[in-house]
Amino acid sequence: MTLGPHASFIVAAYIVTVVVVIGMIAWILRDYAAQRRILGDLEQRGIKRRSQASRGDEA
Amino acid sequence: MALIDTFNNLANPTRFLALANRVLPWLAALTVIVFAYGLYRVAYAPDDYQQGATVKIMFLHVPAAWLAMMGWGLMTVAAFGTLVWRHPLADVAARAAAPIGAAFTFICLVTGSLWGRPMWGTYWVWDARLTSVLVLFLLYLGMLALYWTAEDPNRSARAAAILALVGAINIPIIKFSVDWWNTLHQPASVIRMGGSAIDPSILVPLLIMALAFTLLFFTLHLAAMRNEILRRRVRSMRMMQAASV
Repeated sequence: MTLGPHASFIVAAYIVTVVVVIGMIAWILRDYAAQRRILGDLEQRGIKRRSQASRGDEA
Repeated sequence: MALIDTFNNLANPTRFLALANRVLPWLAALTVIVFAYGLYRVAYAPDDYQQGATVKIMFLHVPAAWLAMMGWGLMTVAAFGTLVWRHPLADVAARAAAPIGAAFTFICLVTGSLWGRPMWGTYWVWDARLTSVLVLFLLYLGMLALYWTAEDPNRSARAAAILALVGAINIPIIKFSVDWWNTLHQPASVIRMGGSAIDPSILVPLLIMALAFTLLFFTLHLAAMRNEILRRRVRSMRMMQAASV
């Protein structure tokens, strides 16, 4: 596969796309880990969501 | 009826999270497989008789452009879900789609610019297609600003839904800009009356890459929706904590 005289433009387009896609994946994974960690902390402190709390009251 | 029942069942965030956790690994694996095959086909696709090897940029640019518009389309449907049906996950879906749609619009603009320089002799020209896609990118940024500055997601949901509906006017403008105005950007060549103008040796890899990018969009969207549901749970629990003090 040869990219011809405009190889730098083609390579730049693929690099930008890869960087943006990897950036999106990393951001979503980090956000997921952060939300899970915060939820875990809150649950450990005995804090419940409204739906969980009302179920607890009924029991 | 079954479809409506499924739709209603998924209104429950706990059920939706369970489904997302089950589906996401499979969707991610399928995305990787289709990308690997798509890139293999791209590597062996012939050069265009006029554009030479720069046609390889098309395999990124065209799917990104489609997904940029699809992202806003998804937010428009979600806007109806928020305003008309008051579906609990509609705003979650819209909020998750906004940054992903913005990223694909950015890819579309940058790859288009990098394709334009060797083919047109310029990175940018204020023609109707390029300008309307830039407007779409600015609309996405406006939507993100609205989401990120509002403290209460319930309050921002209505305003975001209205912005999504107003911005939807831009989607047919993008699509038909090359027909309505005289533009440097080429007219539609993949989806058009009378069939595609592209040779199958280039069209097939393009469609495989479009499928791969679409799968990537839905994988990221589902994962971002899961994050958004968890974020709202955190907010709800913190409010419970504050109320109990």
